[in-house]
Order: sequence, then C-alpha cells, then structure tokens
Amino acid sequence: MISFRVNSKQVRFDGDADTPLLWVLRDHLQLTGAKYGCGIGQCGACTVHIDGKAQRSCVLPIAALANKSVTTIEGLGDENGQLHPVQQAWLAVDVPQCGYCQAGQIMATVDFLQKHPRPSDEDIDNNMSNICRCGTYVRIRDAIHQAAKLMQKGEQQ
Amino acid sequence: MTAPESADWLASVSDKDVTDPGRRRFLITGATAAGSLVLGLPAGGEAFSSSDAAENRTRQIGFFVEIAADGDVIIGSNQPEIGQGVRTALPMLVAEELDVDWARVSVKPMPLGLLKTADGYTWKYGGQGVGGSTGLTRNWDFMREVGAIARQQLIRAAAVKYEVAAKRCTTRPGYVISDDLPRDIPYGELVKTAAALDLPDHNPVLKDKENYRIVGTRQKTVDAHDIVTGVARYGIDTIKPDMRYAVIARSPFLNGRVKSFDDTAARKINGVLKVFKIDGPEPGAPYLILASGVAVVATSTWAAIKGRKALQIEWEPGPNATDSTDAFWQQNEEMLKGSGQIVTDDGQYESAIETAHKTVQRSYQIPFVSHAPLEPQNCYAHVEKDSCHIVAPTQMPGGASRAAAAVTGLPRENIHIDISRVGGGFGRRLSNDYVAEAAMISQQTGWPIKLQWTREDDVRHDFYRPGGLHEMRAGLDETGKVIAWTQRLASASKHFRRPNKPDDGLWEPELYPDDFPRRIVDNFRLEYFHHPIGLPRGSWRAPAHTANAFVIQSFLDEIAHASGQDPLQFRLDLLGKDRELEYDGHGGPTYNPGRLARLLTFVATQIGYGDKRKKDRGVGLATHFTFGGYAAHAFEVSVDDAGGLIIERIVAAIDCGLAVHPQAVEAQLQGGTIDGISTALGLQITVKDGQVQQGNFDDYPLLRIAAIPARLETHILPYDDVPTGVGEMGIPSAAPALTNAIFNASGIRIRNLPIADQLKKARAG
Repeated sequence: MISFRVNSKQVRFDGDADTPLLWVLRDHLQLTGAKYGCGIGQCGACTVHIDGKAQRSCVLPIAALANKSVTTIEGLGDENGQLHPVQQAWLAVDVPQCGYCQAGQIMATVDFLQKHPRPSDEDIDNNMSNICRCGTYVRIRDAIHQAAKLMQKGEQQ
Repeated sequence: MTAPESADWLASVSDKDVTDPGRRRFLITGATAAGSLVLGLPAGGEAFSSSDAAENRTRQIGFFVEIAADGDVIIGSNQPEIGQGVRTALPMLVAEELDVDWARVSVKPMPLGLLKTADGYTWKYGGQGVGGSTGLTRNWDFMREVGAIARQQLIRAAAVKYEVAAKRCTTRPGYVISDDLPRDIPYGELVKTAAALDLPDHNPVLKDKENYRIVGTRQKTVDAHDIVTGVARYGIDTIKPDMRYAVIARSPFLNGRVKSFDDTAARKINGVLKVFKIDGPEPGAPYLILASGVAVVATSTWAAIKGRKALQIEWEPGPNATDSTDAFWQQNEEMLKGSGQIVTDDGQYESAIETAHKTVQRSYQIPFVSHAPLEPQNCYAHVEKDSCHIVAPTQMPGGASRAAAAVTGLPRENIHIDISRVGGGFGRRLSNDYVAEAAMISQQTGWPIKLQWTREDDVRHDFYRPGGLHEMRAGLDETGKVIAWTQRLASASKHFRRPNKPDDGLWEPELYPDDFPRRIVDNFRLEYFHHPIGLPRGSWRAPAHTANAFVIQSFLDEIAHASGQDPLQFRLDLLGKDRELEYDGHGGPTYNPGRLARLLTFVATQIGYGDKRKKDRGVGLATHFTFGGYAAHAFEVSVDDAGGLIIERIVAAIDCGLAVHPQAVEAQLQGGTIDGISTALGLQITVKDGQVQQGNFDDYPLLRIAAIPARLETHILPYDDVPTGVGEMGIPSAAPALTNAIFNASGIRIRNLPIADQLKKARAG
C-alpha cells in the first residue's frame, strides 16, 4: 500500500509497486490530464510535479511516491479556479493545436520558470525537451516568455 | 438528394476532389423542450410521421445550430478535430451568417450520423471525415447556409410577431432590427415563433466578403481552455463503467503469424483476466486489421502491458521474413534500368531530350516514414448482442463504423460511433484497424474494453509514407530553357492491398501528373515502377506531395546551377504570369502558377535572397501547389566546417485564398514547416529481416524546441474570396527549401532523405 498526495488530496494505491505513476493517475484515480505518449520518458506528455519538480510520470514507479506530493494539470490552478499564469499565457498565445502534449508542456514550463524566471531563448532550448507533434513550438516559446512576464508582474504586486 | 456514405468517400481524397452533393438538402427547424430554436437536417423518413410533439421532433433533427431563449448559441461540430482547427473554423462560418456575437457561441461535438435507406447508408449530418485538407472547403457553402437560414427565420419571426414587413428588417449581432420595430428584438425572444415557421424554398443570399465580422478575424481555439486545464477528452481518456483494458502483442514480422504461445506466466500477472489469439489477415490480402497477435485483457493498462511482456510467443515469420529496406533501395536502382509504365507522355519527349543542348540527370531517394501522432492508437468498444458502442480518435468515423460492422456482423445503424478529440492525425487515422481490433476483443470477451497501443505498437504497425527512388532528367535549349522533363519513380505504392485496384493504377497515388512543371514544359513524361514490399503504406500528410515537391524543387535548383542560372529567376521564368492551368487531380480543376511565383518572390524578398552573406551561410527557396492551396518557403542556414547545421531563419508564406480562421492558418503553416524539417532532418523507417527497426522517440527522433529557429515567420497572402484547405499546404516546400539552402551554404547537395549525418560525413570526407 502506497500513500501519497495528489492535488492536495491524500490517496492510496494497493496495486503492483512497479506500476508507473502515470497509469495510477489515469486508470485508478481517473485523472486523465497527464497523457501517455511514449512510456520511456522521451516525449514528456505525462509530465507532472513531484514535490514541485517536473517529472515524467510514465517511468516513475509508484513505489517511489510514498509520502510525496503530486500535482497534475488538473490541480495546477488555485482553489478558486484561477488559472496558473502559465495556463493564462498558453491561452493568450493560443498555443494548442491537437492539444495532446500541452498539459505536459505546461507542467514542464511551470517548473522551468521556477528555475529560470527570466529565461532567454537559449535557456528554453537547453531545458525544454517535451515533444509536440503538431509543431506548436513557436507559440510555446512565445507563451513561455509571456508567462515569465505575467509571473514577474504577479510578484511585484 | 442525399449523398451515399461509401467506403470510398474521402478515402481517395488525394485522387479526386470530394464534394458532398447531399449537403444541400433541405434544412428544417424545430424547438426543444426548453424552447430553443433548432436548425438541422431532417433525420429520416419516419421521423415526421411518428409524432408531432416538439420534443420528439427535435430529437430527430440532425442538429446543427440551437438558439436558446437567453440568446446563447450552440453550434454543432460534425467533423473530427485533429488539431487542424475545424471545431473553431466551421462554427465561425455559421456564426458569421447567423450574425451573432462569437462570444455567445459554444461548440458541441456531434457523433457519427448515418441513415439507412433503400439504397444503402447516407449521411445524417452531412459527410463526416477529415483528410486531404477538405474540411473547410467541403463545408464552406453548407455551414454558411445553415447560419443564413437560421438568421432568415429569425427575421421572418420578428415580422410575424410584430406585423412588420420582413424585407424591411435586418440584423445586428444577436438582434433583429428595423425602423418599423418598437425596439431591437433579441434573437432569444424570437426563437419560439421561428421554430413554428416553415422554411421558404429558396436559400437566402450569403454575405459579401466586405461585410464579414467573424470570418477572417483572429479567434481563439474553442477548446483551448479545456486543453490547458487537462479536461479535454481524447479517445485515450475514455473511462466507462466496468471497462477492462487490452493490449495486443502483434507479430513483429511483416505478415508474420502466431505459431504458438504460452500464457502461463502472463496469466499469473496481477490483474490479467484473459489472453487469446487474434487472427490476422492473409498475407497480401485486403485487411481489416494489420497483424496477427495475442490479446491480453486486464483490469488496468499496466497489468495488460505487464501481461503482454510475460507472454512467450513463437512467431511464424511468414512470406516477408527476408524483406529489408537496404535490398529495397538496391532493387529500385535495378528496376530503373528497365522500362516502367508510362503514365503521362506529352509532346515528343524522346526526340526533345536527344536534341537538347544540355541535359541534367539526378536521382533522389525518399524514405518510408511513420505518422507517430502523439496520442497512440486506442479505441473503446462495447459489443453487445444487438448493438455496439465505439469511442475512437479517428479521422474517418464512417470507416470506424464499417470496421466494427465487419467484425461484429451487426447492422451499421446499430453501431454508435462517438468521435473523441484526436491527439493528432497526419493521415494515420484514416485507417480504422485499431477500431476493428477493439471490436474483436470486446466481442470475444463480452466486456466493454479500451484497447491501448503502446508507442512501439504505433511505430511498428503503421501505414507508412511510401519510400521511393526518383530519377529525374531534363533537357535544356541554348538559352537554358527547359524543353524536356521526365520523372521516373520506383516506389512501393500507397495503394496497399486495396481490393479492386488494378496494378496499372498503382502509380496514381504516387505521381500527380498535373503538378508543376507539366503544361509548362512541352515534352513531359512520367514513368512508374511499382516495387512491392511487406511494409504497409498509407496516406501521410500531403501524401505524394512531400516526396514530389522535394524532388522537383531540388532538381530545379540543380538544373539552375548546372546551367549557370539563378535558382530564383529560373523558377520565376518557368512559373510565369497569372493563368489557370488544367489540374485534374485533387485540388483542381485548375491551378495558377502565377500564385506560386508571387509567393516565391515574397519569401525571397523577406529573407533577403540577394544579400551578401558570410561564408558557410546560404539561402534556399521552394514552392509548391498542394490540394488547392499554395505555399512557399525560404530558409537561411549555416553549415560549419564539421558539418554542423543551424537553421538561422525560416520565412513561410501561404496563399489559401480567403483565410477564414487566420490563427489556424498560421498554426498549420508553422506546424507543417516544422513537420517538414523534422522529417527531412532525421526520420525514417527501416526494415531488416522482415521487421521494422524503429520503435519509439529515441530512434524515431521528432524535433524538439531547441531545433526550431526562433525566427520562423509565417505570412498569409490573401487572394480572392474563396478559401482553400490549409492542413497540408505548409509541408511540401519546407524540406527542399532547407536542402537548397544547405547547398547554397556548403556546396553539399542532399539527394537522399533524411539528412541525418550526411553533412558531417561530407565534411569529414
């Protein structure tokens, strides 16, 4: 039995300890925002936060999650339904096409901006590695810069 | 009047432009129990004899637009959304003519609608299916008519209710207005009256382009909020009561079979419920599913995957066990030494090439590639005694219905197909093999199941873009003008195991005869050699255009260099002025090479084509006409001494006639460009010992953000007042513009795709 938190709620999982977090989220907790894309940690469609840090949940065995705190795209906004600035920027730039990778892109960006609050294009190139098959990268880059500005404004207030 | 729903509908979009004559059927109106006005297509003969009760009547209308008493508008979306923006663009057309505030509009997905008639099945909601960049063009008139008719009914309702003349009334967004009316009347107050009115027998006049308020404006993707909050539902997100999870271990050998299997260990895996064999098709025969295999059904996806891993399967490698792409490429060269099928032969090619002042000959190789949509194939199926429910991410819901019917033997009217949002299409989901598999598993177990493909399943069991070797030859006169042209292609035709396709038609999806420069070069010949291989082939975004644009636009560059001409001016001279040339293929009946010239000039100017550049820097150009739309690319690149390539800047331009939804047009142009360079740089599927060698994104490396230049500029060049599609136009000219730029920067000519490490090797050698 593994006990951990997902989006501020305590949850338990009593299945096989090698079950990747992704499938626990999707099949058992019915949180389908994190997506399956490759199963080997390549594409990042499954990105969630573990104790605030972006991780690829498709290669993360549930056994490693004991007492950890998981945030998925469903839990990224605040309790009042206010979107995270990265989500707001994604909407402002209208990033999504098919949209399948975007939850992972957003979760990766939130963590990235914590480490690089004023990112250069080079910072983005060196740190953002999630795959978008539709090729929304131009708008992802714009949205990252916009989100950084939104977050700085938020801090100044 | 209704159009038949047939297996060929849109399945051959690349061959013929598809129109749906049934779309101009009589729209009808009705009311919902809540008092909304509903406008849609009649749902079938018996619908109006059974009951006149408003509620019943509404249910039987093929819903398209609903106007609530509070003025909110719901517009039905009948087409699969695969990221092309159709769920936004088509409702924009309705809202435009209805004359409502776009902010009041919400969009609701519609399931597959089929009606059984004496002559077979017809569409209930108009043709449904997306491919060939036809979503907008096929629905352009129809969706505007839906909106215009709804508006006309509201005007007539105001006239009846307030006893004024309808012709003295008009609208502003959301209101019927007239000097004769006591005030501006909100639509919501008129819906009850409007619902009781019959429709006049003539359609209203549609708006002129000058009066558009929504079409051509920048609107956001309607589902964006759902996507960024993780609540948008794709096929893979389907969860139903008592649902089980299934995976299949498919033969790794092309046309291989399960010889025997031992499931002892698999059955011991926690959660594994059932394990059984799935029979594949006969090798070479028409297929419903692609591969023979063993299905594992479990209580969760992970249990099914673990169970599959624990299977011991002995495979019968089958007739393609020695297939390899290496041998395929060698044999292509051998084939081209012989004579193939001459499919186009204008003028006097032989004598023209013999008497030419100069000839240029080059060969180009195009690899097999996989679609790799980011959402792997999946399908929910629940087959019951008399009915079947399918939820599938598909481009062709009609095909999904046929696949489920073929498996279950159920009549298609008893098969309900829900179309989920789709995590990328690119042509992969024109095929519904995964729907057939899911139906088989549900039927065999009696359970509602969700079939999940892993990424490896997806990469290894695809309908790949055909690979081929193109031999090009051109003859020039003393002035450098091209007087003879031939393209000889040995490839594995896209027509893969299709029933009723004669061998002498296998060239049709590979060579589009009317592509530039036919009808410009007088002596013009196309020759085809079909080269069978066990690897399945299918439609991959812009099908043969990606191969042929690369070949033609590379060869034009090479001819220009070989004859001492400037590659831009040489192309412009060939393209010439505005005029319509016959184009019999999909995107015709004509095309205008002058529109290509205009785009080419534009991108060349933007990128500073004639500017002096540093050593190791270069620019390259290309342009292509694809399924009715026009695009051009200019690339600026640098290639260092070690063969390192940097794409410095890309200018992409599209002429799609009238850009209905400019935000999506730009997105498709960006995305198509990136797809083009991603594929050209590093993607190919290879076969060894009858097995596909790639399996996931580690060996099939789609581009990531670091490889995309920060300077990727997109431009829409407006033309006229009719839209073309945009989903495929942005890809074909990207790769040749890139490789032409590489040549300009480095002197290295890329003739085989992908580029991979060729630059490094050339620099080292």
